[in-house]
Parts: sequence; structure tokens; C-alpha cells
Amino acid sequence: MNRSLRPLLATVVIFLIAYAAAVFQFPGLLSTRVLGNFLTDNAFLGIAAVGMTFVIISGGIDLSVGAVIGFTGVLVAVLITWLGWHPLAAFAAAFVVAAAFGAAMGLVIHYLEVPPFIVTLAGMFLARGGASVITQDSVPIDHPFYSAISSLYWRLPGGGRLSFVGLLMVAVFVVGAIVAHRTKFGSYVYALGGNATSASLMGVPVARTTVEIYTLSSVLACLAGIVFSLYTSAGYPLAAVGVELDAIGAVVIGGTLLTGGYGFVFGTFVGVMLLGLVQTYIIFDGTLSSWWTKIVIGFLLFLFIVLQRLVFAASARGDRVAEKA
Amino acid sequence: MMRIPLARLVNTQTIALVGVLLLNWILFPGFFKIEWQDGRLFGSLIDVFNRGAPVAILAIGMTAVIATKGVDLSVGAVMAMAGAVAATLVVGGYPGWVAVAGALAVGLLCGLWNGALIATLVLMVAGRGIAQLITEGSIVTFSDPTLVFIGTGSFLGLPMPVVIALALMILVTLAVRKTAIGLFIEAVGVNRSAATLAGIRSRLLLIAVYAVSGLCAAIAGIIVAGDIRGADANNAGLWLELDAIAAAVIGGTSLLGGRFSIVMSVVGALIIQAMNTGILVSGYPPEFNLVVKAGMITLILMIQSPFAGRLLTWFGRNRRKGA
Repeated sequence: MNRSLRPLLATVVIFLIAYAAAVFQFPGLLSTRVLGNFLTDNAFLGIAAVGMTFVIISGGIDLSVGAVIGFTGVLVAVLITWLGWHPLAAFAAAFVVAAAFGAAMGLVIHYLEVPPFIVTLAGMFLARGGASVITQDSVPIDHPFYSAISSLYWRLPGGGRLSFVGLLMVAVFVVGAIVAHRTKFGSYVYALGGNATSASLMGVPVARTTVEIYTLSSVLACLAGIVFSLYTSAGYPLAAVGVELDAIGAVVIGGTLLTGGYGFVFGTFVGVMLLGLVQTYIIFDGTLSSWWTKIVIGFLLFLFIVLQRLVFAASARGDRVAEKA
Repeated sequence: MMRIPLARLVNTQTIALVGVLLLNWILFPGFFKIEWQDGRLFGSLIDVFNRGAPVAILAIGMTAVIATKGVDLSVGAVMAMAGAVAATLVVGGYPGWVAVAGALAVGLLCGLWNGALIATLVLMVAGRGIAQLITEGSIVTFSDPTLVFIGTGSFLGLPMPVVIALALMILVTLAVRKTAIGLFIEAVGVNRSAATLAGIRSRLLLIAVYAVSGLCAAIAGIIVAGDIRGADANNAGLWLELDAIAAAVIGGTSLLGGRFSIVMSVVGALIIQAMNTGILVSGYPPEFNLVVKAGMITLILMIQSPFAGRLLTWFGRNRRKGA
């Protein structure tokens, strides 16, 4: 089989083995209830991780994702609860703000030639600080539209619930995969991550693509923030702290190379599910403390970074594999 | 013809530090007042140095790592681990120096692991979990005199963290500027393959640089634990890696590798702390800090970006044409 598909295959195999092992210990894990909750509980993470996949494939990184989720939650909550806007209008406003925010980061990255790492770090401070300046408390959202959406679900055979937000995440992944692998924009993103200079020489509009990538990431983070506010029915400036790390983790575990140029949107989906499995397993076990989640995720990251290096060291000689991180 | 290099004439960092300190002085007239009490110095300025010391220490190691075109994301987690180890050891009845040695060993080990793998993301995620494993999820408190002295004591009138940060800064600066190590670091940062071909053992150098960063993180971890007389695995050093990176960047170290200054990074850390203090004394909510920090980083990056450089050259050329 194609050599470059091996990391993706490894992710899928590891997920299946881990899931089988978990089911072997707790047969209750193999039910549509648990699978439905997998999707619902990780919906915001998954949506943000799709944007992160594009950013990382392009050779960049977006540290502002968690802060944008928090900011969106606060903005939407304030517009709905304090100013009495309709949720849909509030969503539209949030999308406009997020798109402008992402585009600004992309512009700075491209035209000022500042590394994405530090630009999105400043973006993270700005969004988190902005949310805290608006309010420091949790703002509840109590609107019939909100309760209607968050209680919207389809009953699966076996008593599971496929919620609206879970489906939304799946849809974002499907669209993301089509965009990444079947559109001109998608191939530009890969070209940029492979080698920005050659991409530019081949006629890839580097400036436009960079701006579009970070706009996409911020807009998806905004959508994730809306989903998170549906999930919690509130906006809180310190919500989703560190989600960017989980998203980066899911992307890397999904087989995407941190140096860019290579990766799969579907792999990120499996990565998110693997992170969800670890958390669910620890909840099922009951005796393990939640800090084991971090250790296991760290171990998985280690495993995949080493695996990628082995695969790429064999296929492409040179030392440019995974220099960063 | 006299040619004064613009960069040396206008040192953005020192001007910024002086500016922020003056701003503090305007907001709070007693800012520069320093008192001698109980055999040590007290005052807002001393407090800025004292509070800024942990980030300054992190920034010293971080600068070396960034100069090799890497970045050490694990320093906050290593701080938590070192603090957890030190606290657990003294609570377990070991003397203070054993706890310090143990914490430093953990930092060194983490640094060696980072240097061998060059994937600090792993420890950033897992490290805090390991720290919680060591403290068993609780905040381990202690009153060991050695650790408390490192966190809150004083030497020659200066707070201990400041003394440690100063000593480290001088030591590392001498090591990189009075030997060829600094040159090697820059060479690896600019082009690792070329440096290796030129005979630099880049692999060993990288491991050494990450080890120094791990050690710095462990020292900062001991200071923070000693300061609060406890090890908090959840919050010790949380997000400080970002402050350390920001300090290095504000100090003019290039994230693209090759150009670095240890002293300027320490100045960068002091700028960040002076802003923190300024926002606190001016009565704004501390959350406002993040917005100001973001603005500060963006401003300094814009001044230092190649784009601004080109703009400056363009202006210079036009002016010469006009004259």
C-alpha cells in the first residue's frame, strides 16, 4: 500500500485496538449511547481540530483557538442575554468578528513575516483578555432557541442519542475532508506546507491562501465556541483554556506532520475519538485520576511523533522532519 | 564617514523598559522608593525584579533553545514537576539540599529527553500529569528552611530569586559569549545541515541546550514552590512558557534562529513584569494585562520585522536622495 498512508493506518489500528481493549474490560463501552456521547462531548474539540488540521498542514500553528472559543461564548452570551439579540444574529456577529480576527492574524503572518507561533500567541492573549474585559463572570444563556437546539437529537438503535452538535461536527469533518483533498484551496494548503518558496514559484497565491487558512481556523474555532455555549448554556471568559493543545494533539495523533505538507482531515477525526476514548475509559474505570488523561495523551503524542519520523526517515532522507514542536 | 548602527543607537528593549518603569512612576509616585529594612531592600522596583525573576530564569534557557531554531514548550510543566519533586522530598523527611538536587536532576532529565526527541509538546502535555502523579493530586505544603530561603530569602540585601537570576544570566552569557558555544548555537539555528557539515556536533549541542533549558525551568520551579511554601501541580508555571517565549521575542531573539541575546531576554522578562505591576497599581483588572501584553508583543514584532526594516531602508534612501 501507499507508504504515506501508514501513519493514518496506524492511527486507525491503534484506535481499534484501544477501543477493543476497553470494551473487553467494560462491555458497556460498546453501545450507541457511549458512541453518541463521544460525538456530543467532543463536538467543539473536533470542529476546532479541523481548522487546526489545515493550519498545521500549511506549516503553521494556531494557539488562539481556545481563546477564540472562550471569546465567542462570552460575545454570544452577552449579545443574547444582555442585549436581547436573537441567537442567530449573535452567531452571525460572532462569525464576522472571528473572521476578521483570523484574517488579521494571517495578514500579520504573511506581510510582517512574523512566525505564526508568536502571532497566534498574541492573538490568544488578545482574545482571552478581550473576553475577560467584557465580563469576568459566567453569563448564562436562557433562550428558547438555545434549549431547542441543544435538546435536538435523533434516537439511535440501542438508546443512544445522536445530537445536533455531534452531527454538526461530523458534517464539518466531511466538508473539511472534501475541501482539503478535492479543491484548489486544499492543494494550495498542502503546497504551502511542503515548501512555501516552491509553492510561490509554482504560482500558489501565498498571501491569499495564508489569510484564508487563518480565517478558516478562527471561523471554525468560533463555530466550536458556539457549540460549546450550546453545550454549557453559558459564556465564560475562561472556558476552553488549553483546547488548542488538545486540538494540536488530535491533529498529530491523526497522523499530520507538525512541520506541514502532509496530513489527513479524517486522521484528525480518529485522533479526536482516541482522546475521547481515553477520557471515557478513565471515567468508566473510576479509580484512575483525571491526570492520567494527560499522561496517556502525552504518551500517544510521543508514539506518533516517533512513528512519523521512522516513516519519513525511511522515505525521505534529510533532517527536516518534525524539527519544531 | 561616520556610520552609527541604528540598532545600537536605539535599543528598543531598554527604551521600552525605561518607558514602562516611568509610566509606573507616573501612576504610582512612590514607585522608585527603595527602603532598607531587616537587612534587605524593599520597594516596588525590587518587587518587579523579584516577581520577574522566574520568567527571567526561564527566558535564559528559552533564548538558547530559540536561537537553535527550536522552542521549549515544556518549561511550565517542568517547573511543576521540579516543584512537586522538591516538595515531596522534604515532606518525606529528606534535607533541603537533597530536595534541591532532586528537583534539578528532574529538570536535567527532562531537558535531556527534550533534546534527544526535539518534541517538547510531549512533556508539555504529559508533564503536568506526571507532576500531579507525584503530589497525588494535592497541594504539598512544606516549611523546609532551605527551600523557603531560595524562594523568599535575601542575599546582600537582594531577594534570592533576583540573585539567582542575575548569577544565571552572567554565567550563561559568559558561557556563550566568551567561548565558541554561542557561535555554534547561532550556526545550528541558521542552518543545521551546514553547521553539521562544518564540523559542529549539532546533535550534542542541541541536547546540551535543551538540558540547560530544563535546568533553568527546574530552578524557576524551586523558586516558585519555595515562595508559596507548597507545590501546586495544577498551577505552578501555568502558561509561563508563553511568557518566557514572549520575553525572548521582546528581547529581540529571532524565532527563526541565529540571533539571540540572553541579557535582552532578561530585560524582556522585566518589561513583562513591569507591565503586570503597572496594570495592578493603576487599578485596572489583571485580565486587562493580557490585552496589553498582546499589544506589546505585536508592536515589538512590527518594529523588528523584515518589513519594517525594508520600510526604514526605503525611507533612508529617499531622504538621502532628497538631501
